[in-house]
Amino acid sequence: MPDPNWQPRIVAFFCNWCTYTAADLAGVSRLKYAPNVRVIRLMCSGRVDPQFVLEALARGADGVLIGGCHIGDCHYVEGNYKTVRRFEMLKRLLADLGIEEQRVRLEWISASEGDRVKTVINEMVEQVRALGPLNLPNRFADWDREVSEWEAHLQTEEPSARPEPEVTHA
Amino acid sequence: MNANGKNGELRIGFYICHCGHNIAGVVDCPAVAEYVAKLPGVAVSRDYKYMCSDPGQELIQQDIREHKLNRVVVASCSPLLHEATFRKAVAAGGLNPFFFQMVNIREHDSWVHTDRAAATTKAKALAHAAVRRVRFHKALETTRVPIHPDVLVVGGGISGIHAAITIANAGKKVFLVERDPSIGGHMAKFDKTFPTLDCAACILTPKMSAVRSHENITLWTYSEVVKVEGYVGNYTVTVKRKPRYVNEDLCVGCQECIKACVYKEGKFPDEFNVGLSKRKPVYIPFPQAVPQVVVIDPHYCLQLKTGKCKKTCLEACADRQAIDFTQKEELVEIKVGNIILATGFKLFDAKRIPQYGYGLYPNVVTSIELERLVTSSGPTSGEIVLRDGKPPKSVGFILCVGSRDMKTNRWCSRTCCMHSMKLAQLVREHTDADVTVFYLDIRAPGKGCEEFYDKSLRDGIQFVRGRVAEVTDWALAPEEEGKLVIRVEDTLAGFVRRIPVDMIVLAVGMEPHADAQDVRRLFNLSCGSEGWFLEKHPKLAPVSTFTDGVFIAGCCQGPKDIPDSIAQAGAAAAEAMALIDKGYIEQEPNTAYILEQDCSGCKSCLPLCPFTAITFDEAKQKASINAALCKGCGTCVAACPSGSIHQNLFEDEEIFSEIDGVLSYA
Repeated sequence: MPDPNWQPRIVAFFCNWCTYTAADLAGVSRLKYAPNVRVIRLMCSGRVDPQFVLEALARGADGVLIGGCHIGDCHYVEGNYKTVRRFEMLKRLLADLGIEEQRVRLEWISASEGDRVKTVINEMVEQVRALGPLNLPNRFADWDREVSEWEAHLQTEEPSARPEPEVTHA
Repeated sequence: MNANGKNGELRIGFYICHCGHNIAGVVDCPAVAEYVAKLPGVAVSRDYKYMCSDPGQELIQQDIREHKLNRVVVASCSPLLHEATFRKAVAAGGLNPFFFQMVNIREHDSWVHTDRAAATTKAKALAHAAVRRVRFHKALETTRVPIHPDVLVVGGGISGIHAAITIANAGKKVFLVERDPSIGGHMAKFDKTFPTLDCAACILTPKMSAVRSHENITLWTYSEVVKVEGYVGNYTVTVKRKPRYVNEDLCVGCQECIKACVYKEGKFPDEFNVGLSKRKPVYIPFPQAVPQVVVIDPHYCLQLKTGKCKKTCLEACADRQAIDFTQKEELVEIKVGNIILATGFKLFDAKRIPQYGYGLYPNVVTSIELERLVTSSGPTSGEIVLRDGKPPKSVGFILCVGSRDMKTNRWCSRTCCMHSMKLAQLVREHTDADVTVFYLDIRAPGKGCEEFYDKSLRDGIQFVRGRVAEVTDWALAPEEEGKLVIRVEDTLAGFVRRIPVDMIVLAVGMEPHADAQDVRRLFNLSCGSEGWFLEKHPKLAPVSTFTDGVFIAGCCQGPKDIPDSIAQAGAAAAEAMALIDKGYIEQEPNTAYILEQDCSGCKSCLPLCPFTAITFDEAKQKASINAALCKGCGTCVAACPSGSIHQNLFEDEEIFSEIDGVLSYA
């Protein structure tokens, strides 16, 4: 039974030059959006190691948003091209892990697109809300408990109870 | 000194700023301070009204000394605003400035949320992340890069001219690059300037000559920047010098070649007179043009088009031999430390609002066309006449054409009210015509401008408030015969009026240049949604951009009048001068580095760096990063399969701890 008080928790990685600045602009413009996103500033979306995304999900995030400069506008010329490539691979990996693709999102938001920050964050929050909690930490705990129970079970069983392998050769 | 104090103990000072009511109005600051106080490693946790104020900064310094703090976290506004301020304060307290982390709870929290509980929760989570992260911070040093003292100014309008002269007067070399054959920009086309009605040419032309004669200014007209490489202090810029088919060093501007051209009369639209007069294929843009060098237009010149011409111009030039039909486009590379962009604006195309009849009715003109008619050096020698040569008996000005309009441009072009009133006064001066101005709101905020509006009212200019619906030549009454009829709802009188006039002037607004996006990419800038170049901060850094060493001045940043453009040009020049005179730039130490023992020599990182900062040592089979070339994007760090590449200020453990931090508080 899902917790009725549950709120989506989203970790965002925003590049310093475009999306982070756009989020600042959204603030300066006093736009209002959902309070579920926690932004981590990086210099470039190219710095987003896929491990950051996996770590965020593993630690309890329900979704991850990555924001960078528009293609062709990267402050570091081509960092965001690398981001796209990694992101596509990451989505495949997440699919294999059984994590819905809609939990991660890559968006290009330029420094002047404060309203886009608002739109994207609100959409993302609703999208993740519809999917429900990902709840990886608790699932990990469940799996750990399962494994340890199985381990304990193995240890308490009499070793002699196990059938000896039949010796077939003389 | 051991960064973690005597026993390696972590002592974090946390400060949350109320920012008056900006933050405290939405975030429960004392509650956040209380929460952070209980986190491991936190020695001091306070909330304060204004952290960026002197007492706020002093508070940090005092705590560093008294409580032996070795890390500082401030939760306040965006780090893009005050990170440098607080780093300085931390350094003044005797700590390495990079033992500091900032939490953005204003732009990213209190200003964008209304739910106090949710905003406070978010602030706690972000603060928690910073407290966790700052533990891993290292003492870092900024590096100093020398600055090339030369400056490039792009655009030779009044802003570019003023910026170039200011810097040149300070004894620095300036390259002024202008796309057109002459400098002067839009201002050169004006007759008088508001609100003083002093002659535009009398202000501008001395400045233009100063550019030409200044020993520190290299003027390249008919030239465009095509490539920009490097970074603040060390830009390498490639300038394309278009062929004008005249040797600039040999031409003395005698214009004999123009007289001698096989075209006896001008045949082609004269750009300077916005098509109101004709010029020859060989021409000088306008009498006061700088440089005083003729240009040959390859689109119209018979010799250049067909190779079949008597070349009478060559004969006229005689032994000066300034004309050179073989001239080719030339690429010149220059090195500069700073760049000032003053690329200006273009005027709104009045044809985009068809109901005003521009292009359909010959006596509907734009404000710049009227400006050329009013000017004594213009196509009519200063006479305001209709297309049939007769003076108008009545003139109507329609304001906000391509401004403050949801269908075209939403912004106010800021100058058209004043510009139109100036033209209205000049029309009254030059003719006996009745003048009516159709406006939405009169915007006259500049110095002396409201007084000018008063004067216009006193001078008998009629003002009708309302957006004009349409202009038509369909007469419904005898007094409308042969006239243009303006249909407008007079919103003060409260009814729809039909006002017949002889001439209609459309006060066209300002727009970014058609190629503003290309220029933006060239110089690595940002644009606002309207297409104007984006300043770093509207108040704190109004002429700086997100690219260090690139400044903006004048209308490329947004519509403004001449005084404001010049003020910005002066500001941009001062900003560039400040960097030059300092002599060096302190670079943020966010560069990447490779731990050699961990590098497997896989070369994955090599093709990722667009700045060729990564090299490979074949003998050792290890990669290494040149910190001077590294810009600190971190793309290689994220890619290294052996985890041997690290980035200062953005270390993996710092980011992982931030991730944990934001998620450890619901």
